[in-house]
Amino acid sequence: MKATTISSRAKTPETTVHRYLARQRRQYWLIALTAMATLVSLMIDIATGPGAYPLLDVVETLAMPSEASRVLQVVVWEIRLPVATMAIVVGASLAVAGAEMQTLLNNPLADPFTLGISSAASFGAALAIVLGFGLLPVAGTLLLTANAFVLAMFASLMIWALSRLKGVSVQTMVLMGIAIMFFFNALLGMLQYVASAESLQQLVFWSLGSLNKASWGKVALAALALFATMPIFIRARWQLTALRLGDIQAKSMGINVGRLRLRMLLCCALLSATAVAFVGTIGFVGLVGPHIARLVVGEDQRVFLPMSALTGALILSLTSILSKTLIPGILLPIGILTALIGLPFFVSLILRSRREIWR
Amino acid sequence: MNLRIERLACSLGKRRILHDLSGLTARPGEITALIGPNGAGKSTLLKAIAGIESASGRILLGEERIDALPIDQRSRRLYYLPQDTSTQAALSVFEAVLLARRTQVAEPAATALSAVERALKSLELEPLAERELVTLSGGQRQRVAIAQAIVRRPALLMLDEPTSALDLHHQLQVLDYLQRLARREAMTVVLAIHDLNLAARFADHLWVIKEGRQVVSGKPGEVLTPARLREIYAIDAHVDWPPDAPPRITPLSALRPLGV
Repeated sequence: MKATTISSRAKTPETTVHRYLARQRRQYWLIALTAMATLVSLMIDIATGPGAYPLLDVVETLAMPSEASRVLQVVVWEIRLPVATMAIVVGASLAVAGAEMQTLLNNPLADPFTLGISSAASFGAALAIVLGFGLLPVAGTLLLTANAFVLAMFASLMIWALSRLKGVSVQTMVLMGIAIMFFFNALLGMLQYVASAESLQQLVFWSLGSLNKASWGKVALAALALFATMPIFIRARWQLTALRLGDIQAKSMGINVGRLRLRMLLCCALLSATAVAFVGTIGFVGLVGPHIARLVVGEDQRVFLPMSALTGALILSLTSILSKTLIPGILLPIGILTALIGLPFFVSLILRSRREIWR
Repeated sequence: MNLRIERLACSLGKRRILHDLSGLTARPGEITALIGPNGAGKSTLLKAIAGIESASGRILLGEERIDALPIDQRSRRLYYLPQDTSTQAALSVFEAVLLARRTQVAEPAATALSAVERALKSLELEPLAERELVTLSGGQRQRVAIAQAIVRRPALLMLDEPTSALDLHHQLQVLDYLQRLARREAMTVVLAIHDLNLAARFADHLWVIKEGRQVVSGKPGEVLTPARLREIYAIDAHVDWPPDAPPRITPLSALRPLGV
């Protein structure tokens, strides 16, 4: 199209395209830096714990396992790497789910924790721990995970179904999520009331969130959910970005908003359900991760999505290190730390931010 | 391309908003202004044409019935710019305009970037290209929204109160720009507008609706008469027709003043 200039003004020395490409390069560099920081954090996470190892030994064991001592091989590859990797995968999953829930519901407070998905999963876990009741025909340790997964998916679908009701806006969907959270917390309280002392202890420990029961099998399943959903989000990157301009403008750009919202919410449900089912309730990662990403690279999903994933991964990995080092000899439940760190950090982010992203 | 509407009806919930609008046409290279009092159904009509609100009836763009097309295909031919373009998205102006282009066509990145650059230049938005949308004034945001519309090169461009957030200078500038754009690109432009003087000055054709029904359509000189204004808006108005100049409408009084 030939430009129809309103009137000529002073020419800019550098074209807007050059400036845009320079901004894009900065964004890619920031993503690369965050990826490197996450990798370093992963190494430190492996090195720390009861019986700390020098970082160099950890790197050598990872790079050349056959040349490391048997003890180091077992500690690094069989005990600590699954846990440290789980922190990365779950952190990324929760942050991606949070980022997309915030985008889809146009609300900064949306994440798997605040929408009640974690509470539903906790109730599922409680059914297995307290009553030995399974929602799927599985047994053993998988019973708890399966229950948590089923109820987390159920809560996500409830949010979507409620959103289809007449007169329910995306803003009120978050309030629906809070209602769902209270509902499942009440059911959870009922089970806690009737639970034996032993079950209650197990339930409390689970609901505080823990990475320590991670195994390669669980890591693989959690990673599968992440790698299965990421391409779907990436393919819808322009549509998801357009959604932030509001439903009408998104529709005007040819986007079937209702269908997009359902598809993406299902992906978010899968991600958060898988994460919560394996590690319990870990709050605020899905809230803080995307907020940091948004402040750093903006909301173009091409950069926002990977940055959210990496920020979430880095936060949970760092928290995992902290949970082992804050009180020497004691492993603190990671869910407590993410809440303690995440909440004030989130508040300070809002207060300190000069960019008024959300009104 | 010619836009033609036949028996268009639209309901929101149980309330009928548009009642069998027929015979409305808009021609390429022209500006058609949609006028009418508050609640007449102007926005709903534009949304129904765009496929944002579901409606019955026939909508033809050229020879093609676009009412049967799904929204993604319809959006390749037309674009609707809503009245409220406020957003809290953390996107730069350049990213927002690029987004509008990228949601429409799959093309090499360099082609899309050049198109965005031209759109920004034509609306004098180059100095704002790196600014975040949330930091813009209402008027600047409105111009970005227009850039988002024109970067898609729609055959039919519909704008809902495009000058409502603009000062007088920018109102004239934007409407003059749209008029020249329509002429040069043979684009069909339909805009809902409240300011009758601006409508008279820039529109080639007027559609008038009231309570979801078509009152009249025609050239500004045929439509903007004191009798019509009384019928449409329930006002007394004086209309001047200076030679070789657009009509000037001076509203005098409301026929139904509010009680004190």
